[in-house]
Amino acid sequence: MDIQKKQKDILGSLFINSIRVLFAILVIVLFLLIGKIVLEGIGMISFEFIFDEPKNNMTEGGIGPAIFGTIAVTIIMVAMAVPLGVFSAIYLSEYAKDSFFYRIIRTSINNLAGIPSIVFGLFGLGFFILFVGKNLDNVLETGLLFGQPALLWASSTLAVLVLPIVIVSTLEALTSVPKSHRDASYGMGASKWQTIKNVVLPQARPGILTGTILAVSRGVGETAPILFLGCAFFLPNLPIVDLCIGDYCIPMINPTEQFMYLAYHIFILATQSSNPTKTLPLQYGATLVLIGLTILLNITAIIFRYKFRKSLGRN
Amino acid sequence: MINQSQLAQFEIQPENSSLSKSVSKFAGLKETLIKVFFTLNGLAALIFIILIFIFLFKEGIKAFGHIGLMDFLYLQRLDANNILLRVYEWYPTSEIARYSLVPLITGTLLTAIPATIISTIFGVAAGIYLSEIAHPNTKEFLKPIIELFAAIPTVVIGFIMLAIGATFFNDLLNPLNRLNAFVASIGLSMVIIPIIASLTEDALRSIPVDLRMASYGMGANKWQTISRVILPAAFSGVSASIILGFGRAVGETMIVLMAAGNASNLTTDVFRSVRTMTATIAAEMGEVSQGSDHYYALFFIGIVLFIITFFLNLSAEIIINKMRKKNTF
Repeated sequence: MDIQKKQKDILGSLFINSIRVLFAILVIVLFLLIGKIVLEGIGMISFEFIFDEPKNNMTEGGIGPAIFGTIAVTIIMVAMAVPLGVFSAIYLSEYAKDSFFYRIIRTSINNLAGIPSIVFGLFGLGFFILFVGKNLDNVLETGLLFGQPALLWASSTLAVLVLPIVIVSTLEALTSVPKSHRDASYGMGASKWQTIKNVVLPQARPGILTGTILAVSRGVGETAPILFLGCAFFLPNLPIVDLCIGDYCIPMINPTEQFMYLAYHIFILATQSSNPTKTLPLQYGATLVLIGLTILLNITAIIFRYKFRKSLGRN
Repeated sequence: MINQSQLAQFEIQPENSSLSKSVSKFAGLKETLIKVFFTLNGLAALIFIILIFIFLFKEGIKAFGHIGLMDFLYLQRLDANNILLRVYEWYPTSEIARYSLVPLITGTLLTAIPATIISTIFGVAAGIYLSEIAHPNTKEFLKPIIELFAAIPTVVIGFIMLAIGATFFNDLLNPLNRLNAFVASIGLSMVIIPIIASLTEDALRSIPVDLRMASYGMGANKWQTISRVILPAAFSGVSASIILGFGRAVGETMIVLMAAGNASNLTTDVFRSVRTMTATIAAEMGEVSQGSDHYYALFFIGIVLFIITFFLNLSAEIIINKMRKKNTF
């Protein structure tokens, strides 16, 4: 009896320790990989590398245009996804009742998040370029301006892709605002919209911000959906157009042009380069920039969420 | 949430003056318009799912203009001795185009299944560790690290497998092809482990504390409690996380595009190069001419992917919802 119990204890601690070991392997692998990228890539990071354009058939130079394209796509993506996602979350938390219909919407949010990213690429091609773009060209009589791969359609497609992230994050923040705050607002004679605008939304701001940061981090790292939506190997010019009012001209992002993208640039350097071994330092440098960006964004989001949850008194 | 009858109590009561009457009427209209506005936005996710479905089918269905349904399985051909052969090949650019999805589906399974097995071992272990074993302070520090794992862009993982992983496993195992399904599945695991880990942790945490207490109260030790009480109770949640992980593995593109070798071999050997459905779309869509059979066939692959992942996600969600209902007393 005693021996049996002892055997069980040994077996139990063996299992628990093996779980510890598996977890340790995970953390070690993660740190080794990031460490390797940092070690190999840090030597490349310089002012010139960040801002210069690729030179000598993309075997030298920097990643400036790719960073610019990434920022341009992200700005337009955020401008589309965040309002839509926040409004959608407001509907779900403030207006929708727990009905069959509500559950269908919740299910479609989860399913949208689970659709393979390459399918989003096909959707962007079939819907945004061939349907919306072509029809825009017909209506506006612009020839072939919108009906081709362009920055605008890449941003739109990524906006659909990150929409569930914004909705879920905002929804979590909205539902965590205590009911008593809403009741107090109604009790003072405020209408539903006034309550949402003045009481609920301000408290949910950190949640919306977290969602936005996570959406940006996801969008920056995605490559598959934009492969055939206007991403280019190399472009001599930035997608910029001068917007002139009278004599004043401001350079603006040109949403109808093609663009370079940091994540796609890494893919191209690693797989289609004329000399992959020679460009290896470039690849590590670009990877370090991308991974540094996403990790920084995610750490910010984690800190935001942590503080937000703590301020609500739960964890 | 406030329901309509509660809200009615707080609505501005119309007074006798005609001015306040018109004001409240205007306010009511404004509130209704705002509600309609938010409702329309609320439908966004549903509308996009429907649009994705419609536009995939709109293009993909045209594949059947020239390609029969059986052509997506095999092509029948006479060989040199006039014997009818079934050719399972994906070779759309050949003179006699071959559109068999069989090598692409086996390629997908050959990367997704090993990845799911590896991820289940590590992911469930990590979930158990975070939920049951780690000290709360340690957990607060370690959980974000798992989240960071999930944040690494897939193109970076593809690059790592290409630059480091392939050489490492080439020296270690000496496989048939340097880039193969196994290397890709290791890369896929890095994406799926965080998904399984965090969902497993959620499932374990949602087990009521009474169950643990009862188990400890009967003299069970930690391992016995985990293996005989908590894991069985969380079984549906853990299996849902594995289903979701598998769905993610099937749909992942960049890692398999970069690390699986991209040769559409019909094989069951994980150490050979394969080509998945996702990688085929990614690699060929850029070069194909719009409106060709090949173009529509790629959209057809998209439909297959969409349907597979849709049903995997749906079944995982149904399982999770059932579990939530069961665990709320």
